[in-house]
Amino acid sequence: MPSPNQTLREVLDLAAAHFKVPREKLTPDDDFFKTLGIDSLQALDLLTRLEQHFNVELPDYELQGVSDFRTLADRIQARR
Amino acid sequence: MSSGRSRDDTMASFRGEALSWELRDGVIELALHRPPGNEIGTLILCELEKFVEGLEEITRQAHALIVYSTIKAGFSAGADLRELFDGAQRVSKTEAVRGVRDFLERIHRVMNTIDALPLTTIAAVHGVTFGGGFELALVCDLIVADKMARFAFPELRLGLIPGFGGIPRLKRDLGNAVVRDLLLTGRSFNAAKAQSAGLVSQTVAEGESLRIARSTAAQLKKFDRQTASAAKRFIKPVPYDELKRSRSGTKKIRGEHRRATVLAVSVGWVSDPPRPVKGTSPHELRVAISR
Repeated sequence: MPSPNQTLREVLDLAAAHFKVPREKLTPDDDFFKTLGIDSLQALDLLTRLEQHFNVELPDYELQGVSDFRTLADRIQARR
Repeated sequence: MSSGRSRDDTMASFRGEALSWELRDGVIELALHRPPGNEIGTLILCELEKFVEGLEEITRQAHALIVYSTIKAGFSAGADLRELFDGAQRVSKTEAVRGVRDFLERIHRVMNTIDALPLTTIAAVHGVTFGGGFELALVCDLIVADKMARFAFPELRLGLIPGFGGIPRLKRDLGNAVVRDLLLTGRSFNAAKAQSAGLVSQTVAEGESLRIARSTAAQLKKFDRQTASAAKRFIKPVPYDELKRSRSGTKKIRGEHRRATVLAVSVGWVSDPPRPVKGTSPHELRVAISR
């Protein structure tokens, strides 16, 4: 299974590429709503892309209160 | 343009404020274009009624209907709860309940008409396909989904039960949708597709099933227990009649099944703002089952 750090790197890479934010501006503990400048609908879009990229399911309620990349990657890691 | 028919409109072509349709080469295309998210309120309902009124005339020239959205956010975000709530604030509780019931009966007539159309109906969906939008997609024979589409029935978060007929259609279509796909397209499935067809609710990493089951259970606890229980009775009734037939060995199913349509009116909702259900807040549900 890929390591948690690799999952985190892929989350950051995907978010930076899709929302066209320089990768070096993203850090694991960033609030992704603020750093990416996205709203809840775009967060849903990110969620769907992450599900497809990692081939996992991420029910909305698993992500309630989650706003930083590190916790998001942890939730994904639990389902890989 | 007004939602009324303009001089250039015929039953084969119409452009309204919320939706448009066009008959071309035997295919009726119904486009939803009501920003921000094709919320199904009075305007979409009125134009959908106009659409179904003219269907008898144009279905003779068509073999298929495609329903889709031109809105970037998705197919439809569902019922326009804000409109319904604001409307309910301006009238008495009795009138509000009557208004919601009237709205539901009208949308059911539209849904049932499209559901029973004598042509193949296809929902081409993308993005948000939630609540009443999901229910609209479910009346179609086939759902063709963009890979970025997301489906949900978020009604319980508001103390509601999906009221546009989605529950009986979901019951009908889970499994049956797969059967129709196999039968009508002749396609084959692999094992992964069979898994995605609904045998398993969620898939998780090795060793994570208990933790995620606990996470799921924690989520369920947030909902009003009576509301969740009422929803469960709709979605998972014990099929006594079918069990009885199987015991008696009856092979012939008499007559055509009459589909129950479900009208669910949350009295708590029409008298209070929509809000997430937490703990044990009581929501009186008045549920009418019509046939």
